[in-house]
Amino acid sequence: MSAVPETLKFASDQGLTGDHNGGHDDGHGEHHDTSATTLFGFWLYLMTDCILFASVFATYAVLFMNTDGGVSGKDIFDLNFVAVETGALLISSITYGFALLCAHKQQKAGTLLWLLVTIALGCVFISMEVYEFHHLILEGNGPDRSAFLSSFFALVGMHGLHVTAGLIWMIVMVLEVLKRGLGTQTVTRLGCLSLFWHFLDIVWVCVFTVVYLLGAM
Amino acid sequence: MSLLGNITLDAIPYHEPIIMVTLAVIGVIGLAVVGLITKYEKWGVLWHNWLTSVDHKRLGIMYIILALVMLIRGFSDAIMMRTQLAIATNGSEGYLPPEHYDQIFTAHGIIMIIFMAMPFMIGLMNIVLPLQIGARDVAFPFMNNLSFWFTASGAVLINISLGLGEFAKTGWLAYPPLSEMSFSPGVGVDYYIWALQISGIGTLLTGVNFLATVFKMRAPGMKLMQMPIFTWTCTWANILIVASFPILTAVLGLLTLDRYLDFHFFTNDGGGNAMMYINLFWAWGHPEVYILVLPAFGIFSEVISTFTGKRLFGYTSMVWASGAISILGFVVWLHHFFTMGSSADVNAFFGVMTMIIAIPTGVKLFNWLFTMYRGRLRITVPVLWTLGFMVTFSIGGMTGVLLAIPGADYVLHNSLFLVAHFHNTIIGGAVFGYMAGFAFWFPKATGFHLNERLGKYSFWCWQIGFYVAFMPLYVLGFLGMTRRLNHTNNPDWNIWLYVAALGAVIIFAGIILQFVQLYVSIRDREQNPDLDGDPWNGHTLEWSTASPPQFYNFATLPKVHDIDAFTDMKEKGIEYQAPDEYLPIHMPSNTAAGMQVAGAAGIVGFALIWHIWWLAIVGALGIVVAFIARCYANNVDYYVEPQEIAEIEQAHLANVASVKEELV
Amino acid sequence: MSHSAEIESHGSVKSYLIGFVLSVVLTAIPFWIVMTGSFSKATTFYSVIALAVVQIVVHLKYFLHLDFSIRGRLNTFAFLFTALIIVMVVGLSIWIIYSANAMMM
Repeated sequence: MSAVPETLKFASDQGLTGDHNGGHDDGHGEHHDTSATTLFGFWLYLMTDCILFASVFATYAVLFMNTDGGVSGKDIFDLNFVAVETGALLISSITYGFALLCAHKQQKAGTLLWLLVTIALGCVFISMEVYEFHHLILEGNGPDRSAFLSSFFALVGMHGLHVTAGLIWMIVMVLEVLKRGLGTQTVTRLGCLSLFWHFLDIVWVCVFTVVYLLGAM
Repeated sequence: MSLLGNITLDAIPYHEPIIMVTLAVIGVIGLAVVGLITKYEKWGVLWHNWLTSVDHKRLGIMYIILALVMLIRGFSDAIMMRTQLAIATNGSEGYLPPEHYDQIFTAHGIIMIIFMAMPFMIGLMNIVLPLQIGARDVAFPFMNNLSFWFTASGAVLINISLGLGEFAKTGWLAYPPLSEMSFSPGVGVDYYIWALQISGIGTLLTGVNFLATVFKMRAPGMKLMQMPIFTWTCTWANILIVASFPILTAVLGLLTLDRYLDFHFFTNDGGGNAMMYINLFWAWGHPEVYILVLPAFGIFSEVISTFTGKRLFGYTSMVWASGAISILGFVVWLHHFFTMGSSADVNAFFGVMTMIIAIPTGVKLFNWLFTMYRGRLRITVPVLWTLGFMVTFSIGGMTGVLLAIPGADYVLHNSLFLVAHFHNTIIGGAVFGYMAGFAFWFPKATGFHLNERLGKYSFWCWQIGFYVAFMPLYVLGFLGMTRRLNHTNNPDWNIWLYVAALGAVIIFAGIILQFVQLYVSIRDREQNPDLDGDPWNGHTLEWSTASPPQFYNFATLPKVHDIDAFTDMKEKGIEYQAPDEYLPIHMPSNTAAGMQVAGAAGIVGFALIWHIWWLAIVGALGIVVAFIARCYANNVDYYVEPQEIAEIEQAHLANVASVKEELV
Repeated sequence: MSHSAEIESHGSVKSYLIGFVLSVVLTAIPFWIVMTGSFSKATTFYSVIALAVVQIVVHLKYFLHLDFSIRGRLNTFAFLFTALIIVMVVGLSIWIIYSANAMMM
């Protein structure tokens, strides 16, 4: 998941000099350009991730009626449960935002505190999702039951895997901040993770709308 | 469940003499290579200068070597198919039994598209693109190395399938439900999935990398609409990579879930819908052909404008025609499966869109013609490939427009007419382009010229062989012969099958001549060096460097004021100016991390193919650990000192001066 | 770093809070619409979709800081292009398969 940010370092020492705004010689020095290139590269990666999710969404849209005589979304979705999940993820988005703001202000303690709060909220989300999946499988509504359940598990599970990867990355970043402080490279990486985390929130908006709300309608 | 998963001795096809002989030959060649490297004590060179290199030029060369090796394998498959079909007429069975033959045509397709054409294209892009935009390397050099090794890992997996287990017998598209567990219980489809998935991730990273490079690392002054045309077409191709490869990742992932965890996306039972696989596969597959061909269009443009000594006609229209092709490339994919029987509206929409895409392609052809008009074309090997392309690709494009009519497609779908059509466009378009680019940039990459005469022989064999091999397939398609037949029993077809086999032999001669050309050129490299780095009187910045280019590309970043930046410098008389002083250059260090991560990914793929679960877990952990270790590595970069730069630059300028003196 | 913080838009506590409040509202309304079931099916469907689109825009603006400034517009264009591709791929896929399904009825 965190494929891009660690490849930095050399990225565009020579900077943004070709941009239309003639950005070179503007005195920001190489580190700023490096992190700008890294963040752009990471953004492009997120765009590919968008399309990955879009493909699975399309598959869900095509298959969600194919319940093969089994349960449909209306039978298994508990919107109260999903609302709590959504709340956890939404709050984690703003707490991560606060972590990043602290990082930019070089406030190490604040950064760490907000990161830990975000991790906790992410864990709440993941635990709830695991509970939901476990519950479904126990009742015989696992992904092997029907095409609808296959696509439901794949779509929601793929988002969950991304969140899990984000959490692992965040734990690594906590260690990095503890050990190395808030150097340029670390702040750039936190910036990439920020993009990743907020991006997952957007995907979740699509998931709860398309899968849960429209499914429970 | 044993430690080796599903691997048993039976997995080795020792009862298949063809495969055993092939393996023996590969083994002997492999041992010979190892022996030679050991004898000349080149292991250190290989490791430090190549395998761990993050230099885009060296990675590009490694990509092309990979492509040439896989070309041999893919072409062997091709010539086996053609000889089988020439022998197995009138009801005789030929020498390839169906279960082997089915693997061959599947492997041929995957190898030629994914492991020959893609690495060839990406290799040329690696070598040329950063030089053309005046950059010192790509945006993320380590990731570039990683991408190469992902591609190589995929290639290794597909080659392991030759000697251990089997490859998919499904055709290169692996359509379900045939590719599902219930109909393909063997490991063939799993090899297919993991080889494609791993190399696909490498390609995706390449796309991201080069887009970041193009948008963030151009030389001072170079506006987007001043980028050389090859860079532009590669950029469109990379946009297509970034936009389409995730669809492939997704659809292969879903098929994987079907096969491994009993999901029901594309199965017959459980409410699955196999059509969704076909749909998503082509939503990737169609843009993929433009990924292959757009950079080739860029190469032709560079070649034509260089060898006519003129500016490219219609640069702006060329850029936007490529853009139009890229966008339209995303709304035509259904023409690959008109016959699935969607509504008339759907078929009509995609048919019309497909025909529209011929327009920007036509714009390009006219641009090339107008570039040549009143120019003085020097007939070199790259130009021959380009002229061959213009004729051949036009024919292929026209048969494509024919197939774009849904009614006609219902007659010709899955026939040899289709096979002829896509070979006509991919060989006549993409492969000819890569060959042109190979001959064009070879002196730049290596520092010496290719043998011109052998290159011309090779071209003519390819060109003539192509027509002899594929025109009969159009006829056979009209006669009703479908693709993927193992043997035939129709006397009307025989003569055309014989002719096609002869054509394959002529192409074979062309390939051999190319390797002979490589051998001769390397042997005689002292006699035909490219001293000043500008053998063709080039237009763009790559020709301003030495051949091979300095490892840092540019001692000082060039200032760009024109599309043809190097021509502009030559006209102003400032092309080889040494600066007053050199500044230290920040460079990335070599690293084995790319090999480690991609190697671990290959192990995961292998383990999953054979259901060796413990090894899959070990490999996955290996990926994560190697990756995190790389993130926190300390020795990732260094500075080149001004003195070293000055020495290298002075040597280059002395070479340039000596060439100029000779001319005087 | 404060130097670069001025140049790039990292947002502020205020902008995050605005984005958060908007998101909560835009999440609560569709949940409320569906859970109470007080509207017709079509109204529910379109309003839920519309609210999701609005919420995505809110996230893009307040959390991901997309804008059309000189520095930020490259990311924005990349996103808009991706959105175009997604609309084409998802939209056409659904059209293709639903039409095919209709022919099977």
